[in-house]
Amino acid sequence: MTELTELTIAQASAGLKKKEFTAVELTEAYIANMDKHRNLNAYVCETPDKAIAQAKISQEKINSGQGGDLEGIPLGIKDLFCTKGIATTACSNILKGFVPPYESTVTANLLQAGANFLGKLNLDEFAMGGSNETSAFGPVINPWSKDVPLVAGGSSGGSAAAVAAKMCAAATGTDTGGSIRQPAAFCGVTGIKPTYGRCSRYGIIAFASSLDQAGPIAKDVTDCAIMLKAMAGFDNKDSTSSQQPVPDFCKVLGADVRGMRIGIPKEYRVDGLNPEIASYWDKAAAMLKDKGAEIVEISLPHTKYALAVYYIIAPAEASSNLARYDGLRYGNRVDGEHLDDMYTNSRTAGFGKEVKRRIMIGTYVLSAGYYDAYYLKAQKVRRLIRDDFIKAFEKCDIILTPTAPSAAFAIGDESMQKDPITMWLNDIFTVSISLAGLPAMSLPIGLNHDGLPLGMQIIGKSFDEENVFKAGYCLEQQAGFKRK
Amino acid sequence: MSGMIIQGKTGDWEVICGLEIHCQILSKSKIFSGASTHYGSEVNENVSFIDAGMPGMLPTLNEECVRQAVKTGLGLNAKINNYSAFARKNYFYADLPQGYQITQFQYPIVGEGFVKIELENGETKDIGIERLHIEQDAGKSIHDISPTKSFIDLNRAGVGLMEIVTKPDFRSPEEAGAFLRKLRSIVRYLGTCDGNMDEGSMRCDINVSVRKVGEDGFRTRNEMKNVNSVKFVMQAIESEARRHVEVYESGGQIEQETRQFNPTTCTTKAMRKKEYAHDYRYFPEPDLPPLVLSDEYINNIKNDMVELPDAKKERFVKELGLTPYDASVICENKEVAEFFEKAASGHDAKKVANWLMGDFFAMLNEKKITLAESPISAENLGALVELVSKNVINGKTAKDVFAIMAATGDAPEKIVEEKGLKQVTDVGAIEKVVDEILANNQANVEAYKAGKTNLIGWFVGQVMKASQGKANPEVVNKLLKQKLG
Repeated sequence: MTELTELTIAQASAGLKKKEFTAVELTEAYIANMDKHRNLNAYVCETPDKAIAQAKISQEKINSGQGGDLEGIPLGIKDLFCTKGIATTACSNILKGFVPPYESTVTANLLQAGANFLGKLNLDEFAMGGSNETSAFGPVINPWSKDVPLVAGGSSGGSAAAVAAKMCAAATGTDTGGSIRQPAAFCGVTGIKPTYGRCSRYGIIAFASSLDQAGPIAKDVTDCAIMLKAMAGFDNKDSTSSQQPVPDFCKVLGADVRGMRIGIPKEYRVDGLNPEIASYWDKAAAMLKDKGAEIVEISLPHTKYALAVYYIIAPAEASSNLARYDGLRYGNRVDGEHLDDMYTNSRTAGFGKEVKRRIMIGTYVLSAGYYDAYYLKAQKVRRLIRDDFIKAFEKCDIILTPTAPSAAFAIGDESMQKDPITMWLNDIFTVSISLAGLPAMSLPIGLNHDGLPLGMQIIGKSFDEENVFKAGYCLEQQAGFKRK
Repeated sequence: MSGMIIQGKTGDWEVICGLEIHCQILSKSKIFSGASTHYGSEVNENVSFIDAGMPGMLPTLNEECVRQAVKTGLGLNAKINNYSAFARKNYFYADLPQGYQITQFQYPIVGEGFVKIELENGETKDIGIERLHIEQDAGKSIHDISPTKSFIDLNRAGVGLMEIVTKPDFRSPEEAGAFLRKLRSIVRYLGTCDGNMDEGSMRCDINVSVRKVGEDGFRTRNEMKNVNSVKFVMQAIESEARRHVEVYESGGQIEQETRQFNPTTCTTKAMRKKEYAHDYRYFPEPDLPPLVLSDEYINNIKNDMVELPDAKKERFVKELGLTPYDASVICENKEVAEFFEKAASGHDAKKVANWLMGDFFAMLNEKKITLAESPISAENLGALVELVSKNVINGKTAKDVFAIMAATGDAPEKIVEEKGLKQVTDVGAIEKVVDEILANNQANVEAYKAGKTNLIGWFVGQVMKASQGKANPEVVNKLLKQKLG
């Protein structure tokens, strides 16, 4: 049975249709893997009974020739998505015991497409982190770890690890500054953050509203295309979701990349760039060139400010978004003598260190007297960063960069623990894309000298995920990366 | 000059005042959620997941609230902004579930405008409107159920508000009072707010300062929040202005602070100093895109506007011949104006106005009923005036008929017919009665002839009594004077 978990969604769907196995068998195979790899700490809540029950319903649909694009496919859900009747915590103590009476639009869409949910996946607390170490449930262990346990990346560490360890067919993730792409790169799987507005944010616990976007983490490019199609779409419950029609991304897979212009931003070739990563970057460009694509150098001059801008805007929004966690109506309450004491006690006990750090930064940059110097200036630079991309895309169709400056590092890495900026530098290649709201995919390109996966990032124009998928699929075929 | 001057020891002071009024928007559902706005529901009955600030919930703008705000802006003769945007005002309080209020800060939906007010001395004055913006209301904290716990009712949380900010144009409590009444009248005409200050659907914050007559610029102001009647607003302005004068004249300084008005003592007391003032950390609301209104959208609302009190008043003066004072009294309330117009249709409008403002309002007051509950319909009031105009009944009989109408709701024609109250204008018939009265009261006839001419009133009374009030008083007068020489 174990080999069922090797199948991609596309393969599993075909097998289900051909009655080679049942949806229940497929689901049980993944549940067996969840048991086997529980040490990875990928899941924070397991719902095998619900998954089996849903799989039975799916099987009936399949038997009668019905069913959606994901009928009978077992998925893992990042614990940032509210799931009706299933505990949802954002991996924070402050949401301990919270069971939403509503379903996020993205997970509702997936259920509608026939998927079943195996459980909720670990993440950095409120998606704030790049290593999944800020989770109240503890870090996720990267399935590629050898002697030393390595981080799975973050914040969607549970999602990436679960997909890599075949504890689900695919998973949902969210990406605010790289939270889908970086863990996907660290775990040797594929993930895409679509254009801001492509997926509804309704029911996703907010971190930074102007940046948060849902997307899939899956075994390959094709599965990402299937997943994203099911997840995306306009939602009148989210005023920032887009009315743009959702194309069938699978249709472009395998399409010719001849004449496609691949932009290489010169500013990304930073001093001290890991030579293995630099070499894979060149190789990836060469692979696309071999297939007839054209390589053009582009410039993104304001990229160097992206990290600074991101760490003003994201905490600012977070400081406001997290104000609702006050112990009053749901979640963890620690009583106090007065209302203010109760707030202080509940929030002191409920939030972890990194979340508190960002709330303080966000509160500071929005304060009277500092707003203009920080938040307002950051918004202006954000516009310049976006304009950089618009200009660059006059010369190219997609942009190719590495996803992260390194491979997965050890859990508890000293330099990262000592200086949060070192940790934040992980986002250096991903944040500018989030600030510009553009779609970007990370796919595994090869292994480093330690046998750890490295990821390449493909960035597209606004609402042009199709070219991202087209180039991603081509690169995937060329690279021939062997999944874990 | 309607300004209030406070005569101090050191000279004359003038009062400077501006108002901020929160008007609850009349709409079926809340401004950012689908929950009902119904007043008087069970505690926490009208609360959606959005209103309760549940994780992952997002606001969506209720278009009806936008329409109402635009309407109100047009009613304030104000500029409607094609571009406006929402912002978050961050503060922690138990009845603010999200930890921030969604409001408009830098880009309000409505810009500058003005409202014309009428003062008792007949003068008018334009009060400048600084802006109108839309935002969500907070819930209610209830502190008097338990000695150790507070309770929260979120029914009001998320109800749409229009915050209307005036320029510091008020120079007296009277002007502020006239403005509030006028504003209430406008929003009620438009149906954009019910204007009930006692229910809290219209709430007033007051900014007051004083300055020496002739002085330029403004001195430090104090704010008084949530004053909930026109009378209290006027009292609060006066008491606060007098306090400022006293402080200055005794060598003190006014510190910027928020104060609370106590209607029982008519005094204000400090609530919080500026150094403890909140830093609201306003920033653009990332969950809502900017609100862009096309000229076409605004014009459609403009074309759909009801006639406002000022326009109606002008029409009543010009076309119906009312005095400006009568017209403004009648036009303050839309229902009264509509009732009047119906009653006056085809009849003597000035006389209808007199009846309406006199006997009719007195009758409503006496019965403690509203206009809608009046037993006398607009048509019947008009018909009564018509009966007098056509000399079918005289003024005295009309009062009696009115009383019967108030009791029974019957049409005046029916009452006059049934009770035989038609006025007698037949000179022959009246002369017969006059002759009879004169013959039976010779002593008084002699007295009159001897110079006691004020007895004429007594004779008229006798004739009217004998004719059961139906004799035309003009004819009676004429005949008596003739016969008494």
